[in-house]
Amino acid sequence: MSDATPPETTSIHQSADAHKLLRKRRRRERGFRMMGMSAIVMAMCALTWLLISIVGTGYTAFYQHQMTIDVVLDETVLDPNGTRDPDELRKANFRRIIQNTLYARFPDITDRRARQDLFKTVSASGATDLVRQMVYKTPSLIGQTLTLEVPTSDDVDQLLKGYIDREVSEDRRKLSDQQIKWVDELVASGEVHARFNWAFFTATDSRDPELAGIAGAVAGSFMALLVAFVVAVPIGIGAAVYLEEFAPENLFTDIVEININNLAAVPSIIFGLLGLAVFLNFFGMPRSAPLVGGLVLALMTLPTIIIAARAALRAVSPSIVDGALSLGASKTQAVFHHKVPLAAPGILTGTIIGMAQALGETAPLLMIGMVAFVTEIPTSITEPASALPVQIFLWADSAERAWAERTSAAIIALLVVLLSMNALAIFLRSKLERRW
Amino acid sequence: MVTLSSDPQAASDMQLAPEDLKFHVRNVRVSYGEKEALHGVDLDIAKTGVTAFIGPSGCGKSTFLRVFNRMNDTIPGARVSGEVLLDGEDIYGPDVDPVLLRARVGMVFQKPNPFPKSIYDNVAYGPRIHGLTKSATELDEVVEKSLRRAALWDEVKDRLNEQGTGLSGGQQQRLVIARAIAVQPEVILMDEPASALDPIATARLEELIDELKDRYCIIIVTHSMAQAARVSQRTAFFHLGHLVEYDATNTVFTNPTDSRTQDYITGRTG
Repeated sequence: MSDATPPETTSIHQSADAHKLLRKRRRRERGFRMMGMSAIVMAMCALTWLLISIVGTGYTAFYQHQMTIDVVLDETVLDPNGTRDPDELRKANFRRIIQNTLYARFPDITDRRARQDLFKTVSASGATDLVRQMVYKTPSLIGQTLTLEVPTSDDVDQLLKGYIDREVSEDRRKLSDQQIKWVDELVASGEVHARFNWAFFTATDSRDPELAGIAGAVAGSFMALLVAFVVAVPIGIGAAVYLEEFAPENLFTDIVEININNLAAVPSIIFGLLGLAVFLNFFGMPRSAPLVGGLVLALMTLPTIIIAARAALRAVSPSIVDGALSLGASKTQAVFHHKVPLAAPGILTGTIIGMAQALGETAPLLMIGMVAFVTEIPTSITEPASALPVQIFLWADSAERAWAERTSAAIIALLVVLLSMNALAIFLRSKLERRW
Repeated sequence: MVTLSSDPQAASDMQLAPEDLKFHVRNVRVSYGEKEALHGVDLDIAKTGVTAFIGPSGCGKSTFLRVFNRMNDTIPGARVSGEVLLDGEDIYGPDVDPVLLRARVGMVFQKPNPFPKSIYDNVAYGPRIHGLTKSATELDEVVEKSLRRAALWDEVKDRLNEQGTGLSGGQQQRLVIARAIAVQPEVILMDEPASALDPIATARLEELIDELKDRYCIIIVTHSMAQAARVSQRTAFFHLGHLVEYDATNTVFTNPTDSRTQDYITGRTG
């Protein structure tokens, strides 16, 4: 507006003041947009950083270095009496077999200390367990020579993944110069090589990081979640339908409603304490079991499901229910034939999100003892089990370098499951949503 | 012959033989919480033909319509007092189940509200819940007959499995009428059924109402005086919760007794 004094005919909306105000309004709008965009950029940065750091440390856990060895199943070591008694075989000295194999690979080494160091390049329990299992299953193998792939020790694995610095002086390093020399030789000859780490998905927790896997924790989480689903979904939806459709409006239902909303905000560890006091101490249910974990998670998820289900029910147009009632449907018929099916996508989304929340929950499981070191995959909901987030918690607490990548890998696994659950929720909602 | 009006203001010379009487309403009051919306209405409805309720917004005509199938029961805080006899039986009596009442008194709403199901399932819903049919073929017949009666059959007979919500507004409203007819009601209540429709769909609907009036007792609430004049045989004019005038439609529109009716139909108020 170069014209300072507009002509008389100009409308009030074209005056200098009006233009000044307009510029101010536009400036405010731009300012708000900028703030909104920077908020999103900051959130994206934080998320990206988180993902990069987790994936960056975690991806190496998905491969593992193995050593190919020729194992001589020496009868004089394994079964000196020749009985082939399974009990004797199980107790046989498989450690010596592995040791002999390695000594045979490096015949020049005779020094006892050096031989010990050499043995430390393979996973002692990993290799002996593998051979023991094979011999126990097929005793006829005794006397033969097998070519096997056994895991290297976690230190060797970490060295080859570049986590152990070769430049650091020997006394501050996990592996001696000599051990590194052996490893390099084995790598050069192709006897040590990287393989996809199937064990991470099929094995349970272990003292040795190179043998540890998430299968036990995944099974525990799955069972607990199943229990939570079976308990929380019918109760939650039933409560929501009753409160929304049938409950009289009075002080009592008001109090119930306020309490449900408050329960959604109660810290999860309180639910853990409740589970400890009620399910374990009062009902005497088994400790560390997915049954109790699931019940606690169900209690924790109930408010989420109820609130989501009520919101979904409220969103259904009342005209549909009026239509059903006007045809002579009873209230129950109108609700269950028309309102609940129409609210189903919303209820489902709420339920899946509640379940995803429960899957990531750690604190209440600690309180009911699902934090135990469990090396078996649980086969029923009353057996001791761990859960995925608890497993992450346990591994994050361990000292060895190799646990760090496994912790991140377990987090990746948990995130993948959570994201798939949320994706499923979105998919189902868009698929089932009906318009009226 | 009975003289129906006990309210001198509703100066009505409407006279119905007892055998022609469907509803007999005396001193009906409806209140929502503290607020009374209808202040004592006396009125009789004939067995067949169309009775129209007209009046300005908030006059209580829709509230009154919902008295006949007890839909006011579903509104929290709503109370109905007075006497409403359907074929001589008090529909607010202690042993009357509103579910059964609503099977006899169907309703069509202002906004078409077909269920988000197939056209077939929309019409079949009522017969199914009331167990009116014995077999699938019998149900098919009821669906076809209802859709024919609602003048919708020819338009939808090839796509009965499509969503009822996918039809046009006018078709949806006729579908809802077919849905009501399928339950074999005696009365059909219509709450401003054409207010969401375009003029062509409205004309189609009015034609349909005209076809149905010999078979059913139809009560229609409408904003449009022209519509009331076109479709109804009797008209009741409501104002501020009172029944002001109730008479043959012709009389109400050409020779109203009450000045308020006069003002309303000539467009001076409302």
